[in-house]
Amino acid sequence: MIKVNGLYKSFGKLEVLKNIDASIDEGEVVVVIGPSGSGKSTFLRCLNLLEQPTSGMIHIGQEEITNKKYNPLKLRSNVGMVFQHFHLFPHMTTLENVTYAPIKVKGLKTADAKKIGMELLEKVGLSDKADQYPNRLSGGQKQRVAIARALAMEPSIMLFDEPTSALDPEMVKEVLDVMKSLAKTGMTMVIVTHEMGFAREVADRILFMDGGMLIEEADPASFFTAPSSKRAQDFLQKVL
Amino acid sequence: MLVPAVMEHSLFLIEGGKPMNFEQIVPSMPFILQGIWVTLQIVIIAGILGFILGIILSLFKIGRIKVLRWIADAYTSIFRGTPLVLQLMIIYFASPQLFGIQIEPYTAAILAFGLNSAAYISEIIRAGILAVDKGQQEAAMALGVPYNKMMKDVILPQAMKNILPALMNEFITLTKESAIVTVIGVTDIMRRSYIVGSDTFSFLEPLLFAGLIYYVMVLVLTVAGKWVEGRMRRSD
Repeated sequence: MIKVNGLYKSFGKLEVLKNIDASIDEGEVVVVIGPSGSGKSTFLRCLNLLEQPTSGMIHIGQEEITNKKYNPLKLRSNVGMVFQHFHLFPHMTTLENVTYAPIKVKGLKTADAKKIGMELLEKVGLSDKADQYPNRLSGGQKQRVAIARALAMEPSIMLFDEPTSALDPEMVKEVLDVMKSLAKTGMTMVIVTHEMGFAREVADRILFMDGGMLIEEADPASFFTAPSSKRAQDFLQKVL
Repeated sequence: MLVPAVMEHSLFLIEGGKPMNFEQIVPSMPFILQGIWVTLQIVIIAGILGFILGIILSLFKIGRIKVLRWIADAYTSIFRGTPLVLQLMIIYFASPQLFGIQIEPYTAAILAFGLNSAAYISEIIRAGILAVDKGQQEAAMALGVPYNKMMKDVILPQAMKNILPALMNEFITLTKESAIVTVIGVTDIMRRSYIVGSDTFSFLEPLLFAGLIYYVMVLVLTVAGKWVEGRMRRSD
C-alpha cells in the first residue's frame, strides 16, 4: 500500500531523513518510535506531502506521489491525518468540523454529510457534543473529534502524529481506545507515538528511527523483548 | 428649538470676541445634516472597496507569486507614504490628464479613500492571517481542501476575528478623514458647515456642530464594532 524508497528530506543544511526505505501493507498498523528529533514526524508528514521530500520515491497504491506532476490534493483526501495539537477549526461546531471537508472537497450534500458526521461522532462517543464549539471540549474529546474529522473523508490510510502527546494523562486512554477500535476495522495506520504499551498491544510492526535513519524494524514482541540494534536497546532502556 | 437656553442667551462671551450664537445656524442645520448622507455614502462605498481590495492585496502579500507580492508591497508603500489629500487631489484634478475625462468629485473621493484604505487594510489583514495558527492551514491541507477554499472558509474567518478591532479603527479613521473631500468641493458635512460659516460670517458654531455630528457617527461605529466583535467571539 505504501512504498518508500531512498527517502531524503533536508531543511536547509539540516538533513532530517536519510535514505529511508520502508513498505507498509494494506490493513497494517505500523508504529514509528524513536527519540525526539529522530525524524519520525517528518517521515509521517512526507507520506501525505505536508513535507515535500528532498529526494527519493514514495508510492501510495499504484501512484508515485513524489512525481512532480502528482496533485497532492488527490492524495490527501485519501490519507487522513491526526495531529498532536488537534487543529480543530475553532469557528466551526464539532459536527461542522467533521462535515466541512466532505461537503467542500468531496461535494457531498449537506444532509448526507451530516448523517455520516453524526455516525462518526457516535463512533468516537461524542454525538452529544455535535453542536458544541471545540473550545468547550476537553483535550481528549478534541482529539476524538479530530479523528472523526479525518475519517469523514473515508481515507484508506490514517496517519497519527503523536496523537496523545498533548493530552492530560487521564485522557490518553479514551483516544487510544478509539484508535484501537479503528485498527480492528482493518484501517491501514501509521502512528508516531511515545505510548510504548499501546505500540506493543496494537502494532503489527514497529519502525525504530534515530538520527534521521530507520534503524530497525520488527514485530512488537521481538522489538520490545530483544531489540537487535544497540540504539534501540539504549532507547528502550530509557523509556521502559 | 434644540438649542440649550444658556447658548441662546449668549453667555459664552469672550473678551474681544463675539458671543457664540447657535440660534443663527438653526435654519441651516438641516442643510448641514444632509451632509451626513454624503459622508456616509463616501465612507461606506470606499470602505467596501478598501476592504475587498485590501483582502486581495493581503493574499498577494502572503502568496507565493513574487510579482504579485512585489506589486502589493509597492502599492502599500506608495499609498501609505504620501498624504491622502495629495492622492485625492491627483485623482480629482489630474483625472483629465490621467483618464482623459473629468471624473465626478464623488467618484474621485470614493476612489481616493478606497484605494488609500486598501493599503492600510491589507496590512491589517495580512497580520491577521499570519496570526492564525499554522496548524489550521495544515489541518485543512491534510483534509485535501484546496488553497482558495481553505483561505475563504478556514483562515480568513479566523483572521477576521483577530483583526476586527483594528479594522473598526480604520473605518473610524476613514469617517473622520473623509472631511478632506471638502478640498475638491464635495458637499459633505464639513463643506456644508463651512458654507454656513461663510454665509453667517460666524464659523465657530457650524464647525462645532459638524464636530458633534462626526463624533456621534464615530460613537455609533464604535458601538456597532463592539456588537459585531461580541457576536464573533461566541465560539470562544
